[in-house]
Amino acid sequence: VTTDGRPGARLAGAIDAGGAPVRRGVLYSDVIRERWRRPRFRGSLPDATAVAEDVNPLCGDRVRLTMKVEAGRVVGARFTGDSCAICTAASDVLAELLPGLTPDEAVALGAEDLLAVLDADIRPTRMRCVTLPLSVMAAALRSGHP
Amino acid sequence: MRLDEETRRDFPILERVVNGRPLVYLDSAASSQRPRTVLEAMVRYYERSHANVHRSIHTLGEEATELYETARDRVQRFMGAPSREEIVFTRGTTDGLNLVADAIGHTLRPGDEILITEMEHHSNIIPWQMAARLSGAVVRAVPLAEPGAAAATLDLDALDRLLGPRTRVLAFTHVSNVLGTVLPVDRLAGLARDRGVLTVVDGAQAAPHMQIDMSALQCDFYVYSAHKMLGPTGIGVLYGRRDLLERLEPTRGGGEMIKEVWIDRAQWNDLPWRFEPGTPPIAEAVGLTAAIEYLEKLGMARVAEHERALTSQAIAELSRIPGVTVYGPPPGRERGAVVSFTVEDLHPHDVAALLDAEGIAVRAGHHCAMPLMRRLGVVGTSRASFSVFTSPEEVSLLARAVAGLGSAL
Repeated sequence: VTTDGRPGARLAGAIDAGGAPVRRGVLYSDVIRERWRRPRFRGSLPDATAVAEDVNPLCGDRVRLTMKVEAGRVVGARFTGDSCAICTAASDVLAELLPGLTPDEAVALGAEDLLAVLDADIRPTRMRCVTLPLSVMAAALRSGHP
Repeated sequence: MRLDEETRRDFPILERVVNGRPLVYLDSAASSQRPRTVLEAMVRYYERSHANVHRSIHTLGEEATELYETARDRVQRFMGAPSREEIVFTRGTTDGLNLVADAIGHTLRPGDEILITEMEHHSNIIPWQMAARLSGAVVRAVPLAEPGAAAATLDLDALDRLLGPRTRVLAFTHVSNVLGTVLPVDRLAGLARDRGVLTVVDGAQAAPHMQIDMSALQCDFYVYSAHKMLGPTGIGVLYGRRDLLERLEPTRGGGEMIKEVWIDRAQWNDLPWRFEPGTPPIAEAVGLTAAIEYLEKLGMARVAEHERALTSQAIAELSRIPGVTVYGPPPGRERGAVVSFTVEDLHPHDVAALLDAEGIAVRAGHHCAMPLMRRLGVVGTSRASFSVFTSPEEVSLLARAVAGLGSAL
């Protein structure tokens, strides 16, 4: 457990006496497995008001997010894309967290908010799998109405 | 004795334990590990002989120069190049390809054509796109012969058609870093030469694994890296035919690459130094010499034989696993020391992460070959690659671990 409660920080700080990184906990938590097998928010909103798509240059993963913003609040979000288990689960969690938030609140979401739900030790090399849906969401909200 | 049994103890890193398991390093195509002799040669150089090369008129400077230029001789012999003037040290394959593309790019005219192939690494695509953008030339690609997962060889009929009157360069890989396909360099170079087309060969995946001989391959330029062939990072080799290197203008300037300098002009140095501005990677050249000595002591024919056996074993054992697709040439065909595969319903990065949990290091993703991935119809693959120290037991460990992945996620 970490000083600031962020799994990412816990991993980055975990160095053994020999100087090699130590992994504690699990990479593929039950939450990640479950959301990878059965994502709840996969799909796209036909009446979306904000849409964006981006690629992780590291692995070629692609996430497309469609969101509906009504009266200054996100009322729905769905994702599609070709992505790994971590990225898929992170996208699914994000789509669940978004409804009810104002665009400013949505953009303020960070990796730690997703990691808290994912309950996994994500190594720095895979952190982009978690943050990709966040940057896609920010781009979608910046793009405004399609 | 098997090659891995003979060499294993020479590689200190193989004693590492990863995630509680002995390291199974199957990522030599990305970067190999290096034997103790390479590490010791570099430390010895820094501890005893380091100084700048060529212009330092003192004992250490002379020793450093001698070691650096000896490396050039060793490289020349290793790759069967006609003369030492044709061996230019670079920072690696990518740097070498950029150097050639840049120099040739300055001779291109609008409408000229640069021909590459669909199976190139990005480092043999992007420099040509850049050269084309500056000169107004066009980049075209020779397609693969078959679509989808069966894609493994080039469509040589298409190559013949695409080699047109405006084609100036044919740039292609010797061994595909994804498929393991070995392209017939001598044949392609012959086709190109007949039409006055320059050939540039990416040898990054060939030089570590087979005997390369410029007098037999007959290409105009050949490029590779030390770090994939048991040597250090930060140094690579560009072989260029002497008459061509003499005609090409250097595109990078600085010290060492000149004979005489005035405020408004300069006279270039002789080959090969004309293309080596600045302080070169001296310790890395010393390490490369040690790596070549190590490989030559084993014998490149034995190295190739060992890795061929591992590759055949990996294809056989992985192909038997339900849900696993293996890419590249079918068994029996010549191929490099890489095996790319996908596991049904699993993303390549998840495959690599799950294998890492068992101490097995493989590469996953697009392998810097996005056009090829598109052609194969996948976002990426997982790739196991082999070196002199890889054992058949490790290949079996990989296959057993992959077989267990179906229930892992």
